[in-house]
Amino acid sequence: MKNGAEYIIEFLEKKGVEVVFGYPGGQILNFYHYLGRSNLKHILVRHEQAAAHAACGYARVTGRPGVCIATSGPGATNLVTGIADAYLDSIPLIAITGQVKLQDIGKDSFQEADITGITTPITKHSYLIQDLKQLPGVLDEAWQVATKGRPGPVLIDVPKDLFLEQEDMAAIHSHLITRKVAREDNTEKMMPQIVERLSHAKRPLILAGGGVISAGAWDALAELVQRTGIPVVTTLMGKGAYPEDQPLALGMVGMHGLAAANLALSHCDVLLCLGTRFSDRVTGNRRNFLDKACIIHVDTDAAELQKNVITDFPVHRDLNDFFKALLEDPKLVRSEAAGEWSSRIQQWQNQYKQPEAYTGDILKPQALIRSVARLADPRSVVVTDVGQHQMFVAQHYPIRQPRGFLTSGGLGAMGFGLPAAMGAAFGVPGEPVILFVGDGGFQMTLQELATIREHRLPIKIFIMNNGNLGMIRQWQGLFFEAHYVASDLPAFPDFVKLAEAYDVPAFRITTPAELEEKVRQVLSTQGPVLADCWIDTNEYVFPMIPPGGKPQDMIGRWQNETHIRSISGE
Amino acid sequence: MGHTLAVLVENRPGVLTRISGLISRRAFNIESIAAGYTEDKDMTRITIVVREDDDQQVQQLVDQLAKLVDVIRIVDHTHIDSLERELVLIKVKAIPEKRSDIVDIVDIFRANIVDVNRETMVIELSGGQSKTDALCEVLTDYGIIEIVRTGKVIISRGPLPAKAL
Repeated sequence: MKNGAEYIIEFLEKKGVEVVFGYPGGQILNFYHYLGRSNLKHILVRHEQAAAHAACGYARVTGRPGVCIATSGPGATNLVTGIADAYLDSIPLIAITGQVKLQDIGKDSFQEADITGITTPITKHSYLIQDLKQLPGVLDEAWQVATKGRPGPVLIDVPKDLFLEQEDMAAIHSHLITRKVAREDNTEKMMPQIVERLSHAKRPLILAGGGVISAGAWDALAELVQRTGIPVVTTLMGKGAYPEDQPLALGMVGMHGLAAANLALSHCDVLLCLGTRFSDRVTGNRRNFLDKACIIHVDTDAAELQKNVITDFPVHRDLNDFFKALLEDPKLVRSEAAGEWSSRIQQWQNQYKQPEAYTGDILKPQALIRSVARLADPRSVVVTDVGQHQMFVAQHYPIRQPRGFLTSGGLGAMGFGLPAAMGAAFGVPGEPVILFVGDGGFQMTLQELATIREHRLPIKIFIMNNGNLGMIRQWQGLFFEAHYVASDLPAFPDFVKLAEAYDVPAFRITTPAELEEKVRQVLSTQGPVLADCWIDTNEYVFPMIPPGGKPQDMIGRWQNETHIRSISGE
Repeated sequence: MGHTLAVLVENRPGVLTRISGLISRRAFNIESIAAGYTEDKDMTRITIVVREDDDQQVQQLVDQLAKLVDVIRIVDHTHIDSLERELVLIKVKAIPEKRSDIVDIVDIFRANIVDVNRETMVIELSGGQSKTDALCEVLTDYGIIEIVRTGKVIISRGPLPAKAL
């Protein structure tokens, strides 16, 4: 005989879960009573939102599901942002919440919220346990749902009394989702044509998305690139799917993609899209996205095919299976036109180079990121928050390994960075974690400095402090007649003193002259450390494709020009 | 015209909410939705009529619905030889002088009168959509008080169940 709490804990242990992130409360106290006696390591966060983001950070860096725990009502609703983030970025996440007693459900009881209903649109599935006998089946199914196919979050809501109710669980048959009818697979027919197209393309290109990373298919991708010589661009979520220090890695595409990557994308004649969903940040106006190119789209989620962009070869396949079939085909060869194409790309790369050096007295965000990238341990996990700094990191920090770049891509949730870095630090114990975060996003979840200090996590926090909401300011500057409304963050705190209050060592970096030395000091500090970096307030993220535009409309400052102009000349 | 989908789902709490929530969240237009128990006590069958001409869009709806954990199978009946029915109850004004006219109309449509009082009648009709639309239109002249429709249900001709189609 086991009670509900014991069964859940034993289930998690059996699945190899080591760390869970959570925050207690009235309706989940029964669970904590047993959790405290288990082998699971419980990390007490300082706000439930951080539990969800930390579990996400953990899952992103390890590939294993992250687990977060909260109580009913406000505890559960505080998880919502983190769950939505996991949903949009396809991260396996298991949220366990306490609920009011079975007989109190639906009576507007104290701390009651319909969290299964609230999270229905942002989970792969949400479960309310109404009978302890359902628990074994639900846990099995929930784990499968979170991890299989396209990963994502699930939520399991457990009424308080069921944690203590006893049941002979071994006698209960768990019923799994065996009845679902699989979709017909017709990709076999498409394969010869796909091989033909890729082998004889004049301007072939690979667009790698986050799916390559969640499928663990990066080695196969590298093999494909080596064999065919096809250059690779990535989405924000695909960063790290292919090592960015390789010559065929062109970097990120999209709204703030690198010029050469975007130009390659707009000029390619055959595009192989792997595990990506054609987000509006990649396509701009999706109606006329690459209307002349042949697009091959491979995704494990059938619903992503033909959703945002109509493609020529919609392939519903697990990426590993697809790569296997592709690489086994002897007809797959390097295209004869490859040389001409890559020299054209190189030309773009030279013509629209990001500046290497940043001169002047003001600290540029790009210079800071480049300096950290140069000096940091190459094994470091890089985490960002959301906004200008996120795009600067995506453009300027070359990521060499998969699962080495963690960012809130789809949801774009400010406040993600610090707790996600914390979760990542538990996922790869001992390895350094580098966090870039704006002064805005940092102030959304900075309470986690306490958790980070408690566990002495080796997180190097670089606050890209420009005293305002940089991306908002940029949009207001470019598209709202420089009418800056609510984008200034006045009375920002002294972050160095703040860090000291949490007993976290801190530095301040204010000039380019001291940059290198200070970055070295930060990186060589053991345990957590914070650097308050005063960066240029007026810096914009370029290149930028204006919303709804095409790559030709990309604006920026080209080749050290001081004025902003579009790439086509206007 | 629209597409009619037969959606077989696990008979679990909240399944209708999940289906209808997904449809509205993904901005699809729905004409009717009808749910009921089936030959299998663990399975519910939901018939959805989608107001959408673009086949690609319908396929997208099918693919999105198919991802729901509770969904077992979806059959698009658009290109399958099928029988469709809807049940309609119409409360219509029926003063004594007009009653025999209404009874004639009801006979022509092979509908039934299921309730009569001094002033009104309730007429029951089952059939395809055009038939129910036609009856409603004819009865408008007599004064319709209220109409209630179940929404369309559909079943294929021939021996196979939807599960096997």
